[in-house]
Parts: sequence; C-alpha cells; structure tokens
Amino acid sequence: MAEDKDKQFDAALESLKDVPGPVMMAMQKAQEIYGYLPLEVQLKIADYFGVPLSTVYGIATFYSQFRLEQPGQIRIAVCLGTACYVKGSGGVIEKFQRLLKVEPGHTTDDGRFTLEATRCIGCCGLAPVLTVNGEVYGKVTEASVDEILAKYNEI
Amino acid sequence: MKTLAQLQEIRDKMQAQIANRAAKSTAEAAVKRHVLICGGTGCTSGNSTVIGERLNAALKKAKLDKDVKVIMTGCFGLCSKGPIVVVYPDDAFYTHVQPDDVDEIVESHIKNGVPVERLLHAEKDASGKFKSINDTAFYKSQRRIVLRNCGLIDPENIDEYLAYGGYKAYEKAVTTMSQQQVIDEVKASGLRGRGGAGFPTGMKWQFTHDAPGTDKYVVCNADEGDPGAFMDRSLLEGDPHAVIEAMMIAGYAVGAEHGVIYVRAEYPIAVHRLEVAIKQALSYGILGSNCLGLGKKFNLELRLGAGAFVCGEETALLNSSEGKRGEPRQRPPFPAVKGLFGKPTLINNVETYGNITQIILNGASWFSSVGTEKSKGTKVFALGGKLENVGLVEIPMGTTLRTIVEDIGGGCPNGKKFKAAQTGGPSGGCIPASLIDTPIDYDSLMAIGSMMGSGGLIVMDEDNCMVDIAKFFLEFTVDESCGKCTPCRIGNKRLLEMLDKFTKGEATMEDIDKMEELCNYIKENSLCGLGQTAPNPVLSTLHYFRDEYIAHVNGTCPAGVCKALLSYKIDKDKCIGCGKCARGCPVAAIEKTDYTAPNHKLASYAIEPKKCIKCGACEAQCPVKAISK
Repeated sequence: MAEDKDKQFDAALESLKDVPGPVMMAMQKAQEIYGYLPLEVQLKIADYFGVPLSTVYGIATFYSQFRLEQPGQIRIAVCLGTACYVKGSGGVIEKFQRLLKVEPGHTTDDGRFTLEATRCIGCCGLAPVLTVNGEVYGKVTEASVDEILAKYNEI
Repeated sequence: MKTLAQLQEIRDKMQAQIANRAAKSTAEAAVKRHVLICGGTGCTSGNSTVIGERLNAALKKAKLDKDVKVIMTGCFGLCSKGPIVVVYPDDAFYTHVQPDDVDEIVESHIKNGVPVERLLHAEKDASGKFKSINDTAFYKSQRRIVLRNCGLIDPENIDEYLAYGGYKAYEKAVTTMSQQQVIDEVKASGLRGRGGAGFPTGMKWQFTHDAPGTDKYVVCNADEGDPGAFMDRSLLEGDPHAVIEAMMIAGYAVGAEHGVIYVRAEYPIAVHRLEVAIKQALSYGILGSNCLGLGKKFNLELRLGAGAFVCGEETALLNSSEGKRGEPRQRPPFPAVKGLFGKPTLINNVETYGNITQIILNGASWFSSVGTEKSKGTKVFALGGKLENVGLVEIPMGTTLRTIVEDIGGGCPNGKKFKAAQTGGPSGGCIPASLIDTPIDYDSLMAIGSMMGSGGLIVMDEDNCMVDIAKFFLEFTVDESCGKCTPCRIGNKRLLEMLDKFTKGEATMEDIDKMEELCNYIKENSLCGLGQTAPNPVLSTLHYFRDEYIAHVNGTCPAGVCKALLSYKIDKDKCIGCGKCARGCPVAAIEKTDYTAPNHKLASYAIEPKKCIKCGACEAQCPVKAISK
C-alpha cells in the first residue's frame, strides 16, 4: 500500500517538473494521495523543487485545506457559510462538539471522528448543510445530529 | 481540429437537436422529448445524478430511449425547490423530484402524456393551468444574460454550446475587429467588474494592452470565497465554455497567449466541467496554437486554491497561482503592468467574463440599454438565508431590493418579519428593512454603506441578532486575515474582542465609540481590500441597528440569540411534569420541584441557571411549550 502511494507520488512530482510555480500543486497532489502532509512528504517536496522546508511548511499552514495530522475515519464538516449560519449551523456544530468532545479542526482520541468547520460549499439552497465523508446532508437541525451520529456509530 | 465551416456545420446540425428546448415550443425536433435535469451542486447534493441514471434506465426498459433525450444541465437557480426536472416541449416544471418518482414520470408523463401533477411547481395562472417556468414569480422579473445557458445546455457537451452561438463572438472579434476595437466595445458597454469593487472592465483591458512586454497573461478569478455566494460556481458548472470564450477574446484584445483560471478547490463539479470543457475545446482546435484556424494562439490552465479567502484579492491570487502563500502584494505596480510571474496580467472575475461574448455579439449599445446610468447590464445574486425561494437570480441593475426579497425570493418563511439583507459578504454591510426600496446598483449600495460585492445576498428576519451577525463576519475575517499587515492582523482581532464583550453583556457605552474609532483606523491603514473592508459589517450594523448594541450593553439580546444574555425558564404552571426536558438535558441542569400546578397530576420541573449551558434542547423537547428564553 504505502509503496504504491510513494510510486504514485513520484510520478506526480515528475509530471510537475517543468510547470512554473509547482510547489502548491505538488502539495495538493500529495494530500490527495496520502490524505495529509506528513513531515517526510513535505521534506520530499522541498528537496525535489529545491526550496527550503520552511517554504513548504509556510504554504501548508497558510491554507486551511492542508492537513498536517492524519484525519479520522469519519470526517464531519459543518458549513459555517453565512447562509448556513443564519439558519442555525452554529448550533449544529456546537452539538457535535459537545457530543464528540472534540474541537473543530481536531480528531477524537479514538481516531474515528474528525470535526471540521468548513467554508461555504455552495449548496446554500439546502442550508444548513454538512458533509460526512463527502456525502451531503441538507436542511440539518440540532436533532439530526443524533441521527447522523447514530448512523455512523453503527458502522 | 475543426475549421470555421465545420464548426458552423455542427451548429446547424444541432439546431434540430435543441429545437424543442424552449417553453411552448412547437418546433419539430430530432428527438421527441427533452428531459432537463439540474446537475448543479445544490441539486446534485439532493441526488439528481441518481435521478438521471434511473431515468435513463427506465427509458431504456420502456424502449423509449430513442424518443427521449436526458440532459444533465447546470443550475436552474431555484435551489430551494431542487432537485429540479423540466420536460420539453411540454414545458412541465417539476420540483423536489426524488429518484423514486422517476417511474411515475416515465409511465404517466412520457408514455401517456399526462404530467405528474403532484410534482409540478405549484404556481398556476388565472385559468388554473400550471405556469410555464419562465412565468413563475421566481423567474419573471429576471433577465438572464450571464446565465443564459445555465439550466438549458449540457455543459459537458461543446456541441450544445456551439448550437447556441458558441465561439461566434471570438470569430467575430478576431475576423472583423482590431484589438483596440474590441477594447473600445467593452469600454462603451459600461461593464464594471463583477467581483465586487466595480472597476470599469474596459479600462483594465486597455492598461494590460498598453503595458510593454510579451508573454502576457489573462487570468480568471474564480476564487469565490464570500460565504453564501455561489454565482461563479454556477456559471462555471452550467456554461464553462462561455468563460473560456471570453478569456480567448480578452487574450486577443490585450495580446496574451496564456490563460489561467484560479478556482476554489471546494468546487469539485466546477473543476471537473472546466477540465472537460478545456479538453473538448483543445480537441476541436478552439484552444491551442491556432485557435479556430484564425492564426492566434491561446492556452488555458487551471490552478486550484486551497481554502484561503484572501486569495480572492487579485494580487494574493497571483501569488497563490505561482504556488506561494497567498499574501497580497503592494500596489502599484498593478497586475496590468507586473502580474503573474512578473508579466502584464489581466484579471477579471468569472461573471465579468460571462458578459463578454454577448457584448461582442450584440454590441455595446445593446448591453448598455440594460441597467442604470452608471451600472450597466445585469447582476447575478445568490439569494440565501430566510427566504422562501433560495437560489440564484440574475436581475437588471436598478431592480429594487423589495422586488428581489418579496417577488423573486417570496418573502421570509413562517410569516416572520424581514429585518435586513446583507450584501457584499464580510466586506459589505446590512441594508435595513426601511431601505428595502433601494435600487441595486454599485453607487446606490455604496451610498447606504453597503456594497455590491460579488453577489451574495443573505436575508435575515427578526430572529437574527445583528450584533451576532457582525461578530460572525468579523470572526471570518480574523480567521482569514493573512497576517501581513498590522492593522488587519491585530486591529480586527481587537475589534472582535470588543464585539465579544457585547454578546456577553460586558460592554459599556464607551465601547461603542471605541469600536467606531478602531473600525475607521483599520479601514484607512490596511494593505489590501480584505482589511480595508473588514470593519464594514460592524460599521453598518452600528449605523442601522445601534439600538441593538445599546440593548446588549443593557443586558438583553432582543432577538434571543446571544446565549450569555439568555436564561431558559420553565413556566411552573404550564409544566405537566412529564420529565422529557430533564432526560434530554445534556448537563443534568433540570430537576423536579415539589410544586404541582393546579389541575396537573405531576410535580413541575425547574432549571438550575448555574448549570444550564443554554443549548435549547429542553425547549425543543417540551410537548406543551412551557419552556421559554
């Protein structure tokens, strides 16, 4: 498995060899392949393009989509865009925080749930919206939090 | 590689394909019926892809697949009623369609010609007939120039774009107009940047054209970060070729051979459709080293963002496109002189590009006949928040806020009162109910302390606290400030702390003055647009809703939102003692008392205020509404 990923990543780096301004693209590829950006991967990108590690790390921490920690198995992302917020997504994320005992941006101790506060995902017609591992749940309420957690706790 | 004549052949051949795709069309088409299904992000999240798959399967099974064509389109706009399905030429407008409805549609409508009434959009005309999509309240006041093809064509099929006159504007520009004539046409149209600031588009083109140097760039800003706004996403999803063609025209006009579209990574469908569109345009020889065989070169690449609001600022976007941290650059030099990789660069927003082909084809005077004196054309808004009809609308400039909120949006649901509309997102301001007759154009909005912004329009009702909304936007900007300049990095943080005092009931009247002073300081001294506009939500709510701030100083939140100022109470005489609240309380703050109300059998409950975390779970559980805040 890990070797496959490394091979895939090597090919991705190779394909960016002649692209101007490649560092961020390489990091996006890396995250696609590994799920997050471990230090070794950051080092590899820095070496490959001849930039200091601080540059890579600086980019990783600047953008909210880059992850430095391995995400949990179940990623719950609650939209806190304006349309969702005025319709009560603030209460929804608070309830997840309370029930999962985890702050947004972090993973539960057992490594199962990652809670994220996300920027507008653009389905404002369904507000408030959240996604669980990419699957969209629309018109959620604080009551649906229990249902959603129950569903994934069974898995 | 297709020649001009071959492209025209495709357009002509396609006419038979699209002939019946218009309301009340009587034209004979190659295929009897067209079923258009919305494939925008909203409806896709509501399972519209599955509807399409099931429909194709059901049609095949019924041996109707030769007579009926299923087309996945871009966004229709009426997102709150999605998933949307429209059947032509019958002009049946289905809303809230679910995959399980497919068999009934096939059986009843397609086979037997009887539309499924329960799924039709409920609006009827005077004679009791269901209204055609274009006659419904939501669409009637709209004028679709930018969104003309959204919800009409298959965005993943270049032939459909060609069928509606695609790539004719580029042909016209290159074969009949000089570079300067194209720029003059854009100038004369009066088109202003749709990203928010409203800078005249033709001027930008002129500056980039006049800048010395070769290897110029044309960039499309598709980093739509304003929370609650999805205009650009919908255009890219619904009609990607319109943006590509406009960038090619811009490339010709300013003398650029490279194009870059910088798009948010949060928009996977838009990214996918752009990739498909670019590939198709390359295979037709529309993009590449000899565009449409007319001797011009233009190549296009995508760069993905990674979640940073500041990258919507044009110089930050350039840094990010170069693969760096998206921090803004000092201006001057402006991008027109020194932009992407140090080369002269034209940057326009997606929606701005969306107007270009129509200006070239129909002329500047046609375009400038729409709108107001200083704001020409239309504006696309993403209507969100407390409205019946949430979605995407395109209105002529000068339309009043009342038309948008009441007619198109259908007013606030549940009979609640309209309180304010917020435009311009974290950079904009609130428009109170008293100014609902304000015409929507750049200058009118500026005059009342808001701004056009990119097109987010969020409606709030009496249940929304304006201090909380101001705090929400400021939390956003504090989070998204890149940290390069001090007024934005530290000033906004201090401002947020002050707002926090209000929501906790710890602020004094003096804080209101202090806050205003700090707002003005941040506005005057920040490096880029993000910092310069960050205090706007605070200033505009202070201006129009000062009484709410004062109420918070006095310890109450009139809308009942700010938790620190709330206390939940159980009406001991209404309480029937069922205990649902106590069982649902996450912190065991509710206990039985020894009081039993007259006529009740069980003792009532009471909340211990010190333990209560004000989550509202008890209020939601109570069967007799005995709990209030």
